[in-house]
Amino acid sequence: MLKETPSQTAGPYVHIGLTPNFAEITGIFPEDAGKTLVNDKTPGERIVIEGRIIDGQGGVIKDAVVEIWQADHLGLYNSPYEPRGHADSNFTGWGRCATDMQTGEYRFETIKPGRVPFADGRIQAPHANLWIVARGINIGLQTRLYFSDEAEANAEDPVLSRIEHRARADTLIARRAGDAYTFDIYLQGENETVFFDI
Amino acid sequence: MKTIPQSNQAPETGTFFTRDRNWHPPAFAPGYKSTVFRAPQKPLIAFPNTLSETTGPAFGHDMLGLLDHDLIHNFARAGESAIGERIIVHGKVLDERGKPVPNALVEIWQANAGGRYRHKKEGYIAPLDPNFGGCGRVITDADGHYAFRTIRPGPYPWPNGPNDWRPAHIHLSIFGTGFVQRLITQLYFEGDPLIPRCPILNTIADEKAVAQLVAHLDMDNSEPMDSLAYRFDIVLRGRRSTPFENRMEGN
Ligand SMILES: [Fe+2]
Repeated sequence: MLKETPSQTAGPYVHIGLTPNFAEITGIFPEDAGKTLVNDKTPGERIVIEGRIIDGQGGVIKDAVVEIWQADHLGLYNSPYEPRGHADSNFTGWGRCATDMQTGEYRFETIKPGRVPFADGRIQAPHANLWIVARGINIGLQTRLYFSDEAEANAEDPVLSRIEHRARADTLIARRAGDAYTFDIYLQGENETVFFDI
Repeated sequence: MKTIPQSNQAPETGTFFTRDRNWHPPAFAPGYKSTVFRAPQKPLIAFPNTLSETTGPAFGHDMLGLLDHDLIHNFARAGESAIGERIIVHGKVLDERGKPVPNALVEIWQANAGGRYRHKKEGYIAPLDPNFGGCGRVITDADGHYAFRTIRPGPYPWPNGPNDWRPAHIHLSIFGTGFVQRLITQLYFEGDPLIPRCPILNTIADEKAVAQLVAHLDMDNSEPMDSLAYRFDIVLRGRRSTPFENRMEGN
């Protein structure tokens, strides 16, 4: 077996590579990859996911990039490795957003995902998968976002129930206000978000 | 919310080999000061791969512009080109089983020949090159091969220790077929004396892992009177072999 190429930090200038238009390097790519997940025809409930990433000193991180990967409204992933059928072609399922250089906010306009089975056949609660890179992060952080208005599904979710301390599982629940869910990610401290080794 | 009916033989196959986290740099590595307040402190939580992990976005070659792979020209004024040593950086994207990964999106970014990035937050005194943007992207071919044209970036100083310098490097972002293969790394150049002095590289414990990040001069693929070539292969996590995976290959 070969060894996986070691990870290295994305560094402070990650935007040049991942979101060059955001970094005001225009004219190379017409649009930053992952800028939109939905279009006018995407079925499903329109939602916004937004939040900030907070470091161990309580500071908001303004140089990170967040990627999201989620199923469509029926729970299908827009991927050749989705064996259960074809996801809706008007939903990419993948997005990328740099945290704002002033406010530190990231934001995705998307749809509420459907449910996806767990390894043993149980059905997971609706969730989105997040990956976070930045200066000072040596290997991309993997986490999941669940939805506060899915309490019943969350209660039986196989991943959430693996987390021994209930309070820690709560770090994965995005809070709904109107059509927007807020999901703040804490890298350290009492409220440290659960990150996965998956 | 409608759910997809699931057969009792639902394929939860083609899961990924467990990541060897001792091969990667640890999250907390105080020699690289920025990790101190950004490294998670609680243990990571593991669970078996589901479709959320084994699937990932796919990218089509039609997303690429003609010069996306050519950093010498993709930001340059017509008839001009970026300043610096012209190089080709190429290699294969493989998985841990040595299988090529076709259709993998590889994005790169780098400083210019003077070690200066085109970024608002960058304050190094070396000048910008008006003909160099610093980013490019390619998608691997059917054999997993990729190639960029660029200039060799310069080393640069950075605020960490009192006099720390980054070796010349190119940042790379790679997509595999599953979202948990997602990887960002950096490529270094064979023979660079700054390599053993780099606090970021030194967050990696195993010197064989460091060696895996060094691109090698590849005279056979250089272009006489034009560009030197450097070879850099990238290894992504491999999938466990399953009947389901074989079916995928037939698609
Ligand atoms: Fe860099």
